[in-house]
Amino acid sequence: MFTQIQPADLLAIIPEIGLVLLAFLVMIYDLVWPKSRKRNLGFLTAGGLAIITALLLTLGYPEGEASSAFGGMIRHDMAAVIFQTIFLVAAAITSLLSVDVEKLRGGEFFALLLVSTLGMSLMASATDLIMIYVAFETTSIPAYILAAYFRRDAKSPEAGLKYFLFGAFSSAIMLYGFSLLYGYTGTTHIYTIAQVFAMGGPAAPLLVAAVLVIVGMGFKISAVPFHFWAPDVYEGAPTPVTAFISTASKTAGFAVLLRFFLAGAVGMAYAANDWVPILTAMSVGTMILGNLLAIWQTNIKRMLAYSSIAHAGYAMMGVVALTTVGATATIFYLAGYVLTNLAVFAIVILFSNLSSSDEIKDYAGLSRRSPYLALAMMAGLLSLAGIPPLVGFFGKFFLFQAAVEANLTWLAIIGVLNAIVGLYYYLMVIRVIYLFRAEPEVEAIPIPVPRSYGFAVAICVAGIVALGVYATPLYHWASEAAAALF
Amino acid sequence: MDFPILPVITFTPALTAIILLLIPQEKKTEVRVTAAAGAFVCMALSIFAYFAYDIEAAKAATTWAGKLQFVFGPFPWLEALGISFYMGADGLSLAMLALTGVVIFAGVLISWGIDDRPREFFVFLMLLVTGVFGVFISLDLFQLFFFYELAVFPMYILIVIWGWKVTREYAAMKLTLYLLTGSVVALVGILAIYYIPDMAALDAAGLCNADGCHRTFDLVRMSEMAASGMFNVDVQFLGTTVGFEQLWFLPVFLGFAVLAGIWPLHSWSPDGHVAAPTAVSMLHAGVLMKLGAYAAMRVGIQLLPNGAQQWLPLLVVLTIVNVVYGSLVAFVQKDFKYVIGFSSVSHMGLVTMAFATMTTVGYVGGGMQMFSHGIMTALFFAVVGIVYDRAHTRQIPKLGGMAKVLPWTAMAFIIAGLVSMGMPGFSGFTAEFPIFMGVWKAGETIAPYYRIIAVLSATGIVITAAYVLRIVQQVFFGKYEGEKWHDMRPSTALDKTALVLLAAILIFVGVYPQIMAPLIESAVTPLVQTLGGV
Repeated sequence: MFTQIQPADLLAIIPEIGLVLLAFLVMIYDLVWPKSRKRNLGFLTAGGLAIITALLLTLGYPEGEASSAFGGMIRHDMAAVIFQTIFLVAAAITSLLSVDVEKLRGGEFFALLLVSTLGMSLMASATDLIMIYVAFETTSIPAYILAAYFRRDAKSPEAGLKYFLFGAFSSAIMLYGFSLLYGYTGTTHIYTIAQVFAMGGPAAPLLVAAVLVIVGMGFKISAVPFHFWAPDVYEGAPTPVTAFISTASKTAGFAVLLRFFLAGAVGMAYAANDWVPILTAMSVGTMILGNLLAIWQTNIKRMLAYSSIAHAGYAMMGVVALTTVGATATIFYLAGYVLTNLAVFAIVILFSNLSSSDEIKDYAGLSRRSPYLALAMMAGLLSLAGIPPLVGFFGKFFLFQAAVEANLTWLAIIGVLNAIVGLYYYLMVIRVIYLFRAEPEVEAIPIPVPRSYGFAVAICVAGIVALGVYATPLYHWASEAAAALF
Repeated sequence: MDFPILPVITFTPALTAIILLLIPQEKKTEVRVTAAAGAFVCMALSIFAYFAYDIEAAKAATTWAGKLQFVFGPFPWLEALGISFYMGADGLSLAMLALTGVVIFAGVLISWGIDDRPREFFVFLMLLVTGVFGVFISLDLFQLFFFYELAVFPMYILIVIWGWKVTREYAAMKLTLYLLTGSVVALVGILAIYYIPDMAALDAAGLCNADGCHRTFDLVRMSEMAASGMFNVDVQFLGTTVGFEQLWFLPVFLGFAVLAGIWPLHSWSPDGHVAAPTAVSMLHAGVLMKLGAYAAMRVGIQLLPNGAQQWLPLLVVLTIVNVVYGSLVAFVQKDFKYVIGFSSVSHMGLVTMAFATMTTVGYVGGGMQMFSHGIMTALFFAVVGIVYDRAHTRQIPKLGGMAKVLPWTAMAFIIAGLVSMGMPGFSGFTAEFPIFMGVWKAGETIAPYYRIIAVLSATGIVITAAYVLRIVQQVFFGKYEGEKWHDMRPSTALDKTALVLLAAILIFVGVYPQIMAPLIESAVTPLVQTLGGV
């Protein structure tokens, strides 16, 4: 099966090669550089990731037909490239956001971040059950450690342990589902499996396999009912790690979910197949539960955790539409969501560096202390809520459109009503920022914005607004990627 | 290419907002002057566009497309989905543009005294105005929705930060949730309309070429498709077969009509108006509610004419509740500003009632009423703001004799009051009279009970006269207790400018309605014909 490595195969793994090299480089410089220069590790990581992204989009850009590489282990297509770009950008911004968090200034932090990104990058391109599983674990294991990185802190190790237990358990269940599929078809290549089931497969085992796989992927995207870990982990983990998990890791889950299910590995992508109603029900449940629980949160990280659960629910609408338009909408939505959530987390990190608080009520007076930061926060929250002219508006519009196109008008209605609930709790935060006053002595302290943060926030906000006005390039890219999934 | 006046009008406020953000926060005077300059440009350009409209050409044209002028676009925005950037205006749009321009300029003048973060205040105000302009001249359905959402949201911030401390948080949230819920439900309807034509219909509409068929959000195209009955198909709903237009008319029309304050979805409106700062109340009651009515007409009625024919004769019952109930509630209010808030509910009821007549004369009245009420209510709220800034109370029983210190303000209120009573010689008459004529005529063409509605709604006018006169008597005349008011001062020159500007327009349109009626008539004729009206 594993014949020979073609030179073209190497082009398919440009990001992976780059990430491994960069991780080594970071560890070497960690040894070489004195403590005073450790801050530069973050810039090294971000710069390296920018170079890798540039290489991916030039040398590694797929031309013409999608091609298999490494004997069918991975596929080099537009879907893989767009997701890899999202991960690389998210990792780069995360590392910019980490440089001024005192306790994260170590080579191993950035190396783990890069290894986790490596796993995600493979998740985006994996087309083999074994490869998917390996990529899953490569993503998760560094993420467990990252979540527990503040080891003297009370909440961080708890977060890491919880994340690990949930993660290990659900990926084991997923592996069992894979084994069923292998047992029935004798192959681990998902497109070959799909061919076997194209004419319809054994209903009951397929359903069992689908459910087991959904458990594993549902955990990764924090969909209800596999979301329990998210609020605790988000709250306890170092905030840059939370930003990373809530954006890149979730998107990676979607990358696999889209490829696996739309390929038809557990039965063709027709509404009549058993896994479709399951995912639809999860989409509805995820939206509703995430939004309703987010309303009551007083800690901004927990609120963002529930809101990110709700966003997974929206994004799933595009998956269950089972159309190219739907997959396009999901990919576009995720790209916009990653950018937006990173912007919001950037401000949360800045704020907690200064005041060491994540309580929403402590954001009072932010608009007086730092008007531009408050404006950026508002842009981020409103983009999450789906207000124009911000990228979230287009994202939601595409999703609802896909749902209506697929005759799921009822789902679109549930979606829009949920968007209103979401708007409510985002507005509550905006209200605190703009309306409430802090103590006069607190309000007098401006919030210093280090250059790296300013840069990261500026990139995110510029992206949010630019894509919110002219979404066309990203939409076209996403639709090319979606076409590669079918 | 001609000077692209419509996009310039739309984006002038947005540009002003960006410039404002670059001015340091402390330079408050510069901020105010910049905002006023931006608003003045908007007003001047929108009035210029109004008078530059070629009414003879519009009268000669028979289709809606033929009546559109200053057309800009369509330029591809997102071609894959048939979304384009496409602007153009008919007579009604231009009347609404002029209204918006005037109200925003007056609003900026009235808000001169805002001292808490004026920069942010004007930034949000200007963003909102961009949204408002954008909706009135959108010829693309997606673009219309985009601007609609853009117009609604800044309201929340404006009310919650600069509003009346007692109710602002509640009112702002209520308003935002009501309006956005309405609009997103309408959005699903818009998407349903977008997807309803099948391939054969798309081909018949000329939307197919060699690479296949392309759906479109182009409002002109969609209106043509609607007029030719292309959306009038049967669909399955909960196991029964229903007409598509009949099914979706209510969600779309009511979704937008929430913003027009239709009963029983109006309750955000008085609360919101009262809690908002003066300029925002002016803009909100004066312009934003028209946005709801305009979108409900443009999308709901124009794209779903068969649904409209079925539902509007029933919805007219809601509008009569608006008119009578709104004015009754206004009559019993003790708070000066609530009186005006409920009067808006009552007067906007007349607009939706005009839509329900499905006659040309009714629609002309509806369009006139949108303009007249916009200016009038802006004047009302300006007066309330001026009085409240000085008296620090709005309780009618506590006020009295204000005409002694604020003669200009009192005069302005009386003029607005006469307009709202529909007195001949003022713009209210030129708006309400055709509406009642239309309703009466609908008694012949649609159903006899329209005549009862006409009679009932006339009682609304009587009640209006009662509450207006009550305020005039108790607030502006009566005994003036000078020692009670510590902060009493004459109105400023800027205030007077705003008041005179608004009042003059009300009188001018009242005396010379021909300046507006033909424009609106030319704009609504194709729509009324589609509805089978006369």
